[in-house]
Amino acid sequence: MLEQSKKDKVTSDLLASIRLTNSFKAWMAFLSISLIVCLGAYVYQLNEGLVVTGLGDYVSWGMYISTFVFFVATSLIGMLISAVLGLSGQKWAAPLARIAEIIALAFAAVAGLVIITDMGRPDRLLNVFIHGRIQSPIVWDITVVTIYVLISTLFLYIPLIPDLKICSEKINKLHPMAQKAYKLLSLNWNGSHEQEQILKKLTRSIAIFIIPVAFAIHTVTSWLFANTLRVGWDSTIFGPYFITGAFVSGTSAIVIAMYFFRKNYKLEEYLSLDLFDKVGKLLVLVSLVYLYFNINEYLVPAYKMKKYDALHITALFTGAHALMFWSVQFFGLVLPIILLVFNKMRKPLPLLIIASFVFIGGWFKRYIIVVPTMEHPFLPIQNVPLNFKVYTPTLTESLVTLAPFILVLLIITVLSKVIPVISIHETIESLEEKNN
Amino acid sequence: MIEKEEQPKKKSRREFLQQLGIVGVGTALGGSAILAGINYDKNKTDAQRIRVLTAENELLEIEKGDATKIIPSKHGNLTYLQQQGRDGIAGKRFVMVIDLSKCQNARKCMAACQHAHDLRPEQHHMNVLKMEETETTPPFYMPKPCQHCDNPPCVAVCPVDATFKRADGIVLIDNERCIGCRFCIAACPYSARIFNWAEPLNAQGDKDKVYNVELNVPQKKGTISKCLFSADQVREGKLPYCASACPNGVYYFGDENEDAVTNGTTKETFRFKKLLEDNGGYTLMPELGTKPRVYYLPPKGKTVPFQDKDREEAAEHLHHT
Ligand code: SF4
Ligand code: SF4
Repeated sequence: MLEQSKKDKVTSDLLASIRLTNSFKAWMAFLSISLIVCLGAYVYQLNEGLVVTGLGDYVSWGMYISTFVFFVATSLIGMLISAVLGLSGQKWAAPLARIAEIIALAFAAVAGLVIITDMGRPDRLLNVFIHGRIQSPIVWDITVVTIYVLISTLFLYIPLIPDLKICSEKINKLHPMAQKAYKLLSLNWNGSHEQEQILKKLTRSIAIFIIPVAFAIHTVTSWLFANTLRVGWDSTIFGPYFITGAFVSGTSAIVIAMYFFRKNYKLEEYLSLDLFDKVGKLLVLVSLVYLYFNINEYLVPAYKMKKYDALHITALFTGAHALMFWSVQFFGLVLPIILLVFNKMRKPLPLLIIASFVFIGGWFKRYIIVVPTMEHPFLPIQNVPLNFKVYTPTLTESLVTLAPFILVLLIITVLSKVIPVISIHETIESLEEKNN
Repeated sequence: MIEKEEQPKKKSRREFLQQLGIVGVGTALGGSAILAGINYDKNKTDAQRIRVLTAENELLEIEKGDATKIIPSKHGNLTYLQQQGRDGIAGKRFVMVIDLSKCQNARKCMAACQHAHDLRPEQHHMNVLKMEETETTPPFYMPKPCQHCDNPPCVAVCPVDATFKRADGIVLIDNERCIGCRFCIAACPYSARIFNWAEPLNAQGDKDKVYNVELNVPQKKGTISKCLFSADQVREGKLPYCASACPNGVYYFGDENEDAVTNGTTKETFRFKKLLEDNGGYTLMPELGTKPRVYYLPPKGKTVPFQDKDREEAAEHLHHT
């Protein structure tokens, strides 16, 4: 049996983050003010129309859609860590499950808002439900993203129930209202064998169910592009190409979150060096797979150079988008793979830096997928102003693009302040297992 | 229907027909004639009789009770113009033929079109492109409207049925339903669609107009527009704005079912199939499977040469940047 003192230590360590510190308040104030500025930009866009963006009749999707794709991609991490690794018995990843779910939920929920920023008539959003047509990939996307958000909420909540109970009992000087809320949400958890069994079964079922849904959200998102006839999008491997890319962005996101939780919430013992090492290796693995898909996606058309493909490929390889294209491939994929092979690079700080490159590269990669294709239609772009031919994002558009990132940070910060970012219940359980 | 007839005479016959959707004429015409248009006579006071235009272009007056609804409209709660715009014109399959050998880049079509649809100078339903397909083949001018594809990718992807294909072949937009997602722009391989990024050109002047799907006026901010085959003109039996405006006889417009197309400049009518056959008619990028309803006659035997000043722009699309 595990000694009580050890259990208490785990509990108090993991609960320590749940209190209002000054640095938390300052950070929240900073995020809120930034968010308000960005929302101001959105209100301006609402009034003036999408003319305040750099979009035009040819490049009619830009940063907003790139960001949407990126957010859906990143949200897949929940499925990768908790479901895929969890179900395949990769015990080392267990402490990351909750962080992964928090990230997944935040990114998936905000992705839905990003799409609204791109709409010309957000006031008619309900038309999608009133007049929705089943053959449109947008309708599929809205359906699966909604389901994914719901399941992710459950996937976060269900395993959290025992911890909520602990929160209601063990947190010192808790506001009575908060304590009530924890108690209410813990659904009379008493830790009986029966309850444990139900919890295990339920978590397992959700873990299984979330896999196809997660695959669906990103595959369908890829079909928004692949189901058109456009050069650069008209590809049969877009589904798996997007999914593998999603794992890369998601893994880099979890590294960033791990680093800051570890440092700010003093979780060095739980988010151990060994864990960073393992996640670093995971990042190498998913990046290699993604690199493989990149090679297929670009080299095959580049070998053949069909008439219209050639326009697109040359713009990427040597033309207007070459700098971004090669930077993304090199700094966001190839270099991280090479560096992460070395042990030293999988320590927290170097890993954080590498993951940040991968994460930012991931956003630009989505941009590279969305924008250049739209600059290369089959028929020439003529008799229109220059800004219709070349897409240059505006300041307003950039601020509106920033808003979802801030919102995600807000959600993650708040969640990490009201629930333990590592499951207390499971940590104790695994310690007990080790002890026996 | 009965209920309608008992309503006060103020209700115009037009409104009566609105309820009916498309009306066929029963006994009076042996049940075979299909209504092609409705002539509305304001001064008529006898509500029991209505005038109908048959497919043979005869104007008849019949007892209202003799009119039988042959195709009920599927679009319950839309306005009259939206409903009519979705129903299309029964029995027709509209086609356009563009003769590239005659196009001299006069751009009268573009101007007429922009004027009719309240478009800004950079907004084109009809765009005359300077084309050069390979380095060694000669350049030519190519007017490019929406191709009114029979397998339209734009319609397939629209999440709200704001863009739709009518039985008469015309692809239209209902800008009171469009949510502005621009998926259709991404899906259209012919770059035929435009978007109202800002307040439309004549927003003020058009403010009080009833929205006409077949003209897409008033244009609305945050929604799509594109070539409509001048569905409003066609309903009145006229030729599209572009075709009528062209001074060089480039455009032919007509009905595939009748196998007849009329030249917009000379007003001469030709057999559609024969015209294609004699002149090597083709469609744009047939390999995409979109099945355009716009046909082109090749730029063969041009009388006016391609202008030197346009060469550079035509060649731009060939160069890899
Ligand atoms: S040309 Fe484009 S807009 Fe017109 S019907 Fe075809 S796909 Fe739709
Ligand atoms: S922009 Fe409008 S017409 Fe085009 S797909 Fe979206 S809702 Fe349909």
